[in-house]
Amino acid sequence: MARQGNAPPDDLAVVLATEGAHGPVIYATNRAARAAGITTGARVVDVQAICPDLVVEYADIVGDARALAQLMLWARRWCPWTVTDGADGLIFDTTGSDHLWGGEAAMLIEMETRLSLLGLSAQLAVAPTWGAAWALARYGAVRAMCPSGDSMAAMLAPLPVAGLRLDRETLVVLQRLGLKTIAALAAVPRLSLARRFGRCALPANPLLRLDQAVGVLGEPVASVDAPPRVRAEARLPDPIQDPTHYLPGLCDDLCAQLAHRGLGCRKLQLTVYRSDGEVSMVDLVIASASRDARHLHGLFKDKLDRINPGYGFDLITLDAGMVDALATLQTRLDGTSEADVQVPQLIDRLAARFGSKAVRHPLVHPSHVPERAERWASVGRESAGAGQGTVEITKERPIRLLTTPEEVRVLYAVPEGPPAQFVWRRQTHRVTRYEGPERIAPEWWKDRPGTRLRDYFKIEDQTGKRYWLYREGLHEDGRGGDPRWFLHGMFA
Amino acid sequence: MRCLPAPTSPPCPEPTQGYLQAHARTLSEVFAAQPTDGGAVGFVLSSLAAATAPILWVQDLMSQTESGRPYVPGLMAARPVIHVTLPRAADVLWAIEEGLRCGSLAAVIGEVWGAPAVLDFTATRRLATRAEASGVPCWLLRRAAVPDLSAARNRWRVASLPSAAHPHDAAAPGNPRWQLELFRSRKVPPGTWVATYDRAADRVDFSAPFRDRALADGDGAAGQRAAG
Repeated sequence: MARQGNAPPDDLAVVLATEGAHGPVIYATNRAARAAGITTGARVVDVQAICPDLVVEYADIVGDARALAQLMLWARRWCPWTVTDGADGLIFDTTGSDHLWGGEAAMLIEMETRLSLLGLSAQLAVAPTWGAAWALARYGAVRAMCPSGDSMAAMLAPLPVAGLRLDRETLVVLQRLGLKTIAALAAVPRLSLARRFGRCALPANPLLRLDQAVGVLGEPVASVDAPPRVRAEARLPDPIQDPTHYLPGLCDDLCAQLAHRGLGCRKLQLTVYRSDGEVSMVDLVIASASRDARHLHGLFKDKLDRINPGYGFDLITLDAGMVDALATLQTRLDGTSEADVQVPQLIDRLAARFGSKAVRHPLVHPSHVPERAERWASVGRESAGAGQGTVEITKERPIRLLTTPEEVRVLYAVPEGPPAQFVWRRQTHRVTRYEGPERIAPEWWKDRPGTRLRDYFKIEDQTGKRYWLYREGLHEDGRGGDPRWFLHGMFA
Repeated sequence: MRCLPAPTSPPCPEPTQGYLQAHARTLSEVFAAQPTDGGAVGFVLSSLAAATAPILWVQDLMSQTESGRPYVPGLMAARPVIHVTLPRAADVLWAIEEGLRCGSLAAVIGEVWGAPAVLDFTATRRLATRAEASGVPCWLLRRAAVPDLSAARNRWRVASLPSAAHPHDAAAPGNPRWQLELFRSRKVPPGTWVATYDRAADRVDFSAPFRDRALADGDGAAGQRAAG
């Protein structure tokens, strides 16, 4: 919200909520809410009783994680080794890079300034170990700096045990034992702690966490590689109205870069910057990694017409996303086109024109319930043919299935007889032959309680059309009234 | 009931399934007798050559709501399907044509509901030449439509007939049978046949239709089928 410029004022209590077991619970709070005594984990309804003018927003946890990962890469401006820490922290290994910023204190001030320019508030600390930095940033002084050696233990000593990255249950145990600060925990003999918490996992083991904090147990920062950035751009001296003519050149440039690095992309983003500051984007997703400039250029056909040119464009960029390694292979000697490339390219062209939701790939899925026996995967996620042949189909199944089964009025011998005549779409069909019933029970691990079983009949009417009818439920099965009949599919 | 008399009309030259599969690398149109008749789909699938290449199946939204979507567990020979649902007939034709550019598909099946204005002689001629250039069979399934001007090389009318006798259960429907009418074709002389699809062998047997009106108009009930 702060980035969009519509952040609520700081004196208004704002909380972020997430779905809990019994209604929404508080996920994060701002300063005013903390001052009002609201803690994370409390139920929103309870808190609203205490603080009626509370502003509740739903937390976007996945989006936050993505933003934090981006921030982690952005933070490589200060040091090359950065990694995300939990849902709300970043760890930098600044060893050897602090002098570039004029010492650790100056570096912390620089970081805080830069982050506040982004609209982010930060609590920073420098310490020789990951654990100590974590504790000092959350429970220590503002911009705490911790020297290595014995004085580190002295700085950690007054902090609460919550600074040791322990889980909630362990904190409760420690509180009951009367161990409130790290100093109190460190004063307990190691042998006693080892005996009490010896078998616990790392987040529930105060001894290991203490060792990590003081540096007895190593905890290196494993930096994540940023994905390579491949981008082609055209800067224009004068604004133009139609970006179409620059597109082939951009595609060639991008594909040359990809080929040079041995990569292929599965996503393309064309960004057009208007001279009056507006930015328009066109996104494309590709079925299989590609660096074929002609193919990529073809996908943008008819897409650019929707961009409002305004006063003209002066910068066009083309970014490649979801970059994968793509080796150069020659499968044939005669130079003809390779057949296995054609189908993914066809899927790309269809998906580029009609959207990726319109193009789908039905796969056989192991389930007895007919509508679950096929799974509609969007093409491109899985290669064509994957999952085929793994499921044995033993029963005869119809060739067509209605998207939703249609209810029919059926004349049948009560309670469980075959259908004799039915009315479907205002036409009467007389059943001359039938096969069945084939009973398909609901999948109790997926269906809602009370779902009725189905008895399927393959029937043939007087004109020879073959249909798949089912009766939902039984008389007196205690799951609703009389059974209902549905038409579900057609046989060849 | 007595045995069937021999057909009185001159016997039609009988196309075989193999002949159909070999000569279907062009545009063929299939008119379903009734929109909800699954026989037309069955006939189209049975005349595709066995292959592991995917089928491109393009449906317009009306065909999908009215007559359902292809059901992969029930398709006759398991093969990968790329399925596209589109709201407009013009888009369906575009997608079919785009699919026909791609020579590594096993077939392109398009379903168009009614007779939209875009599906005229020029459009079908485009599809036919495109299919012949790439060698991919293209089947256009028409529902709720009357045969109008078209450049399709083969034009069929398909209706389901009462099925063959079930080998084990007299009350159950057996192998599907269809009445096939080829009313326009470049290669094969037009004619009418009764085709029986053998599910186990994935084979279609063509035979001349019954000329016994009493039997032909019957509803295929067990008593009426006791001929021979």
